[in-house]
Amino acid sequence: MIEPPTQSLPTERTGTPAVLVRDVWMDFPHKQGSQATPVLEQINVEIPRGEFVCVVGPSGCGKTTLLNIIAGFLKASRGEVLVEGESVHGPDPRRIVIFQEGSVFPWLTVSANVGFGLNHVSAAERERVIQHYIDMVGLTGFESAYLRQLSGGMRQRVEIARALAANPEVLYMDEPFGALDYFTRFKMRADLVRIWQQEKKTILFVTHDIDEAIQLADRVVVLSSRPSTIRLIMSVPLPRPRDLNSPIYLETRDRILNALGMSLRNGINASCGSHSDASGNC
Amino acid sequence: MTPAVSGEQAALKNDPGERGGVSPPVVSIVHRGADAAPLAGITARAIVLPSLVAVMFLLFWDGAVRLSGSQLFPKPLDVLWGLVELAKKGLLVKYVVASLFRVTWGFTLAVIVGIPFGLLMGSNKLVQEAFNPLIQGFRPISPIAWIPVSILWFGVSDAAPVFLIFLARVFPITVSTAAAVKSVQSVYLRAADNFGLTKFQLFSQVIFPASLPQIITGLRIGLGIAWLVVVAAEMIAVNSGLGYLIIDARNAGKRYDLVVAGMVLIGVIGWLLDLLMRQVERFQTVKWAYGTLHD
Repeated sequence: MIEPPTQSLPTERTGTPAVLVRDVWMDFPHKQGSQATPVLEQINVEIPRGEFVCVVGPSGCGKTTLLNIIAGFLKASRGEVLVEGESVHGPDPRRIVIFQEGSVFPWLTVSANVGFGLNHVSAAERERVIQHYIDMVGLTGFESAYLRQLSGGMRQRVEIARALAANPEVLYMDEPFGALDYFTRFKMRADLVRIWQQEKKTILFVTHDIDEAIQLADRVVVLSSRPSTIRLIMSVPLPRPRDLNSPIYLETRDRILNALGMSLRNGINASCGSHSDASGNC
Repeated sequence: MTPAVSGEQAALKNDPGERGGVSPPVVSIVHRGADAAPLAGITARAIVLPSLVAVMFLLFWDGAVRLSGSQLFPKPLDVLWGLVELAKKGLLVKYVVASLFRVTWGFTLAVIVGIPFGLLMGSNKLVQEAFNPLIQGFRPISPIAWIPVSILWFGVSDAAPVFLIFLARVFPITVSTAAAVKSVQSVYLRAADNFGLTKFQLFSQVIFPASLPQIITGLRIGLGIAWLVVVAAEMIAVNSGLGYLIIDARNAGKRYDLVVAGMVLIGVIGWLLDLLMRQVERFQTVKWAYGTLHD
């Protein structure tokens, strides 16, 4: 007798998960004609409270689309997203998105930006929270600076501080370090892990950088190129702070690359067969 | 590039200060003009060169009038005495104040009506579609063409030029404000959405400040045009102000020294108004959008 694959319901395990993506499908309708472009197929992800999850996948695979659906900016063609057991029908200050393009307001000072989501607290409390998060992201001394006076890395720090100050349950990050240089990115990751450990927020972090994902995440969700399905969900069994030379690190990276049909051992072009997509990624 | 800027760059280089991704404070935090010598050089150049050109122009003007032997057209010095005469009669201050008063009121009314309506049009497609054709139809009508109508409605009073300036500016201000709203980056709107702003907060805390730089640039250019319109309006619709001075000096005794004196006043005041509006563009809350253009 063949048993059906048992799928334990999330509530049966560790209580309500922070984020639950249940059978999400997404098509983008074509402007002319009836044929729709499938972007996401059958996405199921469960994120327990306090977990750091990275979503990786090739460029243009629909990572940002998935994030926008989870955050409530887009409506899925099928399926649903639950945050703390509650169905998501739009953006909410309890779940803050940190955008790739940077959405810090250039007409406000660093302090005013960080305090942007703090409308319902006393002035003294507001001041305290603002200073707390400015210190946490390492911008002490830049409270009254404007965005144009800050570097790219510092701007993303303001973005993170503003999100944390609003005290959300979940942080969604869409390639937040994508525009930064190598060294800055490296330091930003270390600081993000430190902040995450202090704040114990649930983080869903989208990136195309596999190394970034392994350095940051408790678990990595690997998406295929479009139409995206989940190729692999794997835990990163590395203690923090992570040793980037450890065999486990390299092994984890190999498994993710393999899931995407790529291999570092066979050289850059060797495995770029059927998996390369339109944008030249493979 | 100016020596002052390279001084700043040197200051930046001294502090590689990568507090990991935190680069050193940039440009305007750095103290400017620590070494005064090159700065003084720039100031001197900024004054000396234009002065030289202006003096050459005045000499050319003076020489040309002398050569032509014209009895009517004034030499620069005649204009200066004309200005002194106007000042002695108390007309100079009176007319300048009269013109500025009309521009201020007409322009302010246009701002009060045009900006809120532009904000509404820029953020509401229905309002935009309903009103845009009418506005586009009114916009090309020169304010000068409205002079007879304004005299019919307001007679020879201050209200006529105020009305003309209002008409001349209200449509462009509305249109440029709507355009500014529409060009607000969508990522700001999505962030605002994410933080759960009310409709009013969205307007006051995001849409308005995000479109303000473009609105202000529109106003600066618009104020210049309002100044052009008031002079034209005063030539016909009233009996005071700089436009009236020019037409009156010509009609009552061909006093071309006073005509040109009026022109000089118009030029200088228009220039000062523009400088004033440029100062507004320097405020930190709008400066972000202008890049280094005004640094």
